Amino acid sequence: MRDDPLIQLIIVIAPLSLLAIGGASSIYAPLQQQTVDVYQWVSGREYLELFAIARVTPGPGSMLTTLIGWKVAGFVGALVATLALYIPCSVLCFGAARTWNRYRGTKWHTAIEDGLRPIGAGLMIAGGVMILRLEDTGWLGWAVAFAIVAVMTWRPAAHPMLLLAVGASIFLAVRAVIG
Amino acid sequence: MPPAAQPVSLFALYKLCFIVGLCSFGGGLTAWFHREVVHVRGWLTDDEFFSGYALAQILPGVNSTNMAVYIGQHLRGAVGATVALIGLLTGPFAVVLAAASAYHQLIALPGFPAIMGGVAAAAVGMMFRLGMTSARGAYRHIPSMIVLMATFLAIGVMQWPLLPVVAVLTPLSIAAAWPRKPTTERHDDA
Repeated sequence: MRDDPLIQLIIVIAPLSLLAIGGASSIYAPLQQQTVDVYQWVSGREYLELFAIARVTPGPGSMLTTLIGWKVAGFVGALVATLALYIPCSVLCFGAARTWNRYRGTKWHTAIEDGLRPIGAGLMIAGGVMILRLEDTGWLGWAVAFAIVAVMTWRPAAHPMLLLAVGASIFLAVRAVIG
Repeated sequence: MPPAAQPVSLFALYKLCFIVGLCSFGGGLTAWFHREVVHVRGWLTDDEFFSGYALAQILPGVNSTNMAVYIGQHLRGAVGATVALIGLLTGPFAVVLAAASAYHQLIALPGFPAIMGGVAAAAVGMMFRLGMTSARGAYRHIPSMIVLMATFLAIGVMQWPLLPVVAVLTPLSIAAAWPRKPTTERHDDA
């Protein structure tokens, strides 16, 4: 049974779900080790290629595991790999959210919620900085990010889709001129 | 704010998560979720959203799907959490497989990397703006402002690991928040 590729996918990926602390970026190193060195499902070059695809497509960067499942066992493999990554952490999060919401209205719940709020806001700004660093788009990335801040201050109701299109247009225009 | 009198329809929840998931590049779903869930639909309050965001970040797993699970659970329990998670993943699942099949054609498209970079940068701008909006509320309470700045500096600038930073700041922040909002349980006068 341990030779079944689908079982192997679950054995490799499911534990990573609960190891991804502070975001999915922490799973890339162990995932690479397991899929390239141990199970040899993909070559190192293929791994980087799949990583790049997951980065440029919408959704969490961790869709990389979906692609590895697809390489191993086609569509079913992709499905199994996706579920193996998202189910364990989602069950944990569900339990935490349910416990959390059950005690809504009590004094300590209000205090914890008030205390967590500035931490959430600080993490959000820090998360934006980390994405810019990871994307490695230099001054242009920062310029577009702050331009969007300015536009949202001026027009708070602007639709997100429009803002994303503005960002893409600026990048296209600048890259066309400067290269 | 009490929960909406009418339970949120599962289809509406699925649709929102599907669109946000499909349009998120580089991790920019959070600001969009906030806009739709708090401002446009009024499904969650600001406090509920940000404390849920902190929870989604602190728990292991993928932060964006954790946030969807939190929102879904809050609105419709286990079924809501499942629907939100599936909604968020359906679009990216289909697109990532299609992109992998057409990778070599895709990467050769002129302008493709620029578009992806621009979308990600705009999404970051949306996150900055949302974080700043929340910070404005914190001006009225100095300890909140200090906690916000300390969190940002430790994670975003110093790049210290998340767990120790949160483990130190959370108790301090909660202690500072304790006497703020009076509830019916309170007997002491602040």
